[in-house]
Amino acid sequence: MPIITYRDALNQALREEMQRDDRVFLMGEEVGVYQGAYKVSKGMLQEFGEMRVVDTPITELGFAGVGVGAAMVGLRPIIEFMTWNFALLALDQVVNSAAKMLSMSGGQYPMAMVFRGPNGAALQLSAQHSQAWESWLAHIPGLKVVAPGTPYDAKGLLKSAIRDDNPVIVLEGEMLYNTKGEVPENEEVVVPLGQAEVKREGADVSFITWGKMVLVAQQAAEQLAKENIAAEIIDLRTLNPMDADAIASSVSKTNRAVVLEEGWSVAGFGAHVADFVQRECFDDLDAPVLRVHQEDVPMPYAKNLERAAKPDAKKAVAAAKKVLYLEN
Amino acid sequence: MPQKKSSEQNGASGSIDAAARGDAALRRDLLREMLLIRRFEERCAEAYAIGKIGGFCHLYIGQEGVGVGAISSLREDDYVIASYREHGQALARGISPRAVMAELFGRVDGCSKGKGGSMHLFDRNVNFLGGHGIVGGHLPIATGVGFAIKYRGGDQVCVCFFGEAAVNNGAFHEALNMAALWKLPVIYLIENNRYGMGTALERASAINDIAERACSYDMPSEVVDGQDVLAVRAATMRALQRARSESIPTLLEVRTYRFMGHSMSDAVSGTYRSKEELEEHMKRDPIVVLRMTMEQEDGWTDADTSKLDEEVKAVVQDAWDFADASPEPPLEALYEDVFVDTTS
Ligand SMILES: Cc1ncc(C[n+]2csc(CCOP(=O)(O)OP(=O)(O)O)c2C)c(N)n1
Repeated sequence: MPIITYRDALNQALREEMQRDDRVFLMGEEVGVYQGAYKVSKGMLQEFGEMRVVDTPITELGFAGVGVGAAMVGLRPIIEFMTWNFALLALDQVVNSAAKMLSMSGGQYPMAMVFRGPNGAALQLSAQHSQAWESWLAHIPGLKVVAPGTPYDAKGLLKSAIRDDNPVIVLEGEMLYNTKGEVPENEEVVVPLGQAEVKREGADVSFITWGKMVLVAQQAAEQLAKENIAAEIIDLRTLNPMDADAIASSVSKTNRAVVLEEGWSVAGFGAHVADFVQRECFDDLDAPVLRVHQEDVPMPYAKNLERAAKPDAKKAVAAAKKVLYLEN
Repeated sequence: MPQKKSSEQNGASGSIDAAARGDAALRRDLLREMLLIRRFEERCAEAYAIGKIGGFCHLYIGQEGVGVGAISSLREDDYVIASYREHGQALARGISPRAVMAELFGRVDGCSKGKGGSMHLFDRNVNFLGGHGIVGGHLPIATGVGFAIKYRGGDQVCVCFFGEAAVNNGAFHEALNMAALWKLPVIYLIENNRYGMGTALERASAINDIAERACSYDMPSEVVDGQDVLAVRAATMRALQRARSESIPTLLEVRTYRFMGHSMSDAVSGTYRSKEELEEHMKRDPIVVLRMTMEQEDGWTDADTSKLDEEVKAVVQDAWDFADASPEPPLEALYEDVFVDTTS
C-alpha cells in the first residue's frame, strides 16, 4: 500500500471530489497561483481552472460569506482558511449563517459546505498563530466537526465532509501535513462522520483524543508499554457528532480514562468528554477522569516556555499512571 | 475621484424609463402592493401590542416604495436577500401574507415553520433567501449568490437590501470589493432611512453621500428617491440590465425614511429625531406620491383608493385569522432541521 503524506492525502480527497461533482469548488487565500499556503491544493488550479480554484483577497469574513451564499443556491463550496486563527474573523458567517440557515429557514436551506484549514500550534509561532479551535466550533449546533490525525483519516474524512449536506468543519493538524501513513490507491477511501476508531488496543487505561494528539497518545502508549501498561487509544476523529458508544465501550474495558486535547482546559472539548464518561460510565470507573491539555496561557514564543505550555507524551504518561494509582 | 459610472451612459435609459413607469394597470398593482404592506405592518404593530408577535419586530412603514419598486422589476428566477426589516420585501416577492403572518405569530404554517420569526423570513419557492439579523452579515452572502450565478453561467441577478448603517461595517467592504473584482451580478441596495437605530447617518459615516463609497470599488452607483416607487423601479431596471448583460454589480443608494420607531420598542420620535422632522418626511409618503401620479395620469379617484384599501385590509385580516388558527409547532420540531441526514 502506498505511503503518502497527510498533505497529499488531503490533496487527493479534494481532487477526487472535484472530479466527481462539478458543484464542488475550492476558495481561499493563496489556494490557486501560489498552490496553497501549505501546498495542500498543489496542482489544482492547473487541473480545474480559476472558476473552481479561487484565490481571494485577504477577506475571511467576506469569502466565508461567499461560500454561504453559493451553498444556499446549490453549489458545494470548500472554504479554506490559511489557518483557523484567521477564521476568527469569519466566525459570524460560520456560526450565524452556515450553522443556523437550515433551522432559521424551517429546513428550506441546507448548507452543503466545508470550512477547512490547519488548526493548533506549530512551532514557535507565539500567541496569535498557535490555537486549537475545536472547543469553540463543536459547541455550535448545526456544525459537524472533524479532526483527522492520520493521512488515511484526513482523506476519508475530508471526502465525507464534502459529500455531507451539512456544514462541516475540517480541522487539519498544522504539524501533521508532513506526517506519513498508508492510504490505499485503487479503492475509495471514505471515513464516515461520527465514527471513532480504536487506534491501539489496551486493557489498562483509555486515552480519548483526536487530531494531532493521536500522535502524542501513541508516543505515550509506547512509553507505557515499556512498563507493561497497556493503553488503549480511542481516536474520536469526529467531535460533533461524538461517538459516545466507542468511548463507553473502551472505558467499560479499562475502567480508566485520560482525555488528551490540544486546546485550553476551561470549557474545553475534553470537559465535554469527561462529563459524558462520569455520567454514563460511572459504575465502570476506578479513578477520576483526567485531562491533559495546553496550559491556560497564550502560547509563549520562547522554546522552553512553549514546550512547557503544550500537552505532550510525558504529561500523558503521568496522567495515565495517576489514574492507575502508580504515581501521585 | 474616479468618475461615477452612472446609468446616463447607458444608451437604453429612455426605454427603461418608459418600462419603469408602465401603464395604469402596473401602477395600480404597485399601489396595491404598497398599500398591502402598509396595512399588514399596521396590523403587526397591533399584534405586537397584544403579545401575538414577540421578539424584535422592525416595521417597513414609510419605506414601501423601495421594496415594491425594486422587486417589481425582477424575474421569477432572480434572488432576493434582505436584513431583518424584511416583511415588505417578503410580501412584495410573493410570500403569502398568511405564511408571513403565521411566521410572525410563531406558528407551524409560517414560511420558516415558526423557527425564524420576524427577522428570518425565507421562501425557497420565490427565491427569497431570507431575512438576516446581523447588520451587514448578508452582504457577503449576496456576493456568494452572485458568484454561483456566474459559476453556472446564468443571467439571474441577486438583489440585496440593507440599511445605510451597514455601510460602516467590514462586511460591506469585503462583499462589494469581491463583487466588483470578480464582476458578479449583484445589486446592493441601500435603504437609506437616515438612522441606524438612534444614530443618524452623519454621526456614523465619514461620508454623507454614501453612494460615493462605490468609487472605492469602481462600481456603478446611483442615488434614488425611495419615496417614488417608479424611480426605484427605473434605477433597479438600469442596474439589472448592467448585471444581466455585462455581469456588473451596482450600488444603489435609495433615500427613504422610516415612519415608525426602529423596532416596536422604540418611540416614533423624541430622542434622536424630532416630531417636526418626522412630520416633514411623512409628507412624502410613497403611497401618496404614487397616488397623485395616478390621479393625474390614470384618472384614479379617492373612491378607487378606498376600494383597493378595503381589498387589502381583507387580505390582511385573512392572514391574521389564518395565523391565529395555525397551531404552534409540535414539540418534536425542536430537534428538526438542525442537520439534514443526506449526502450527495
Ligand atoms: C453586527 C450587529 N451589530 C448591532 C446590531 C444591533 N442592531 C440591529 S439593527 C441596528 C441598526 C441598523 O441600522 P440600518 O442598517 O441603517 O438598518 P435599519 O434598521 O435602518 O433598516 C443595530 C445597531 C446587529 N443586529 N448586528
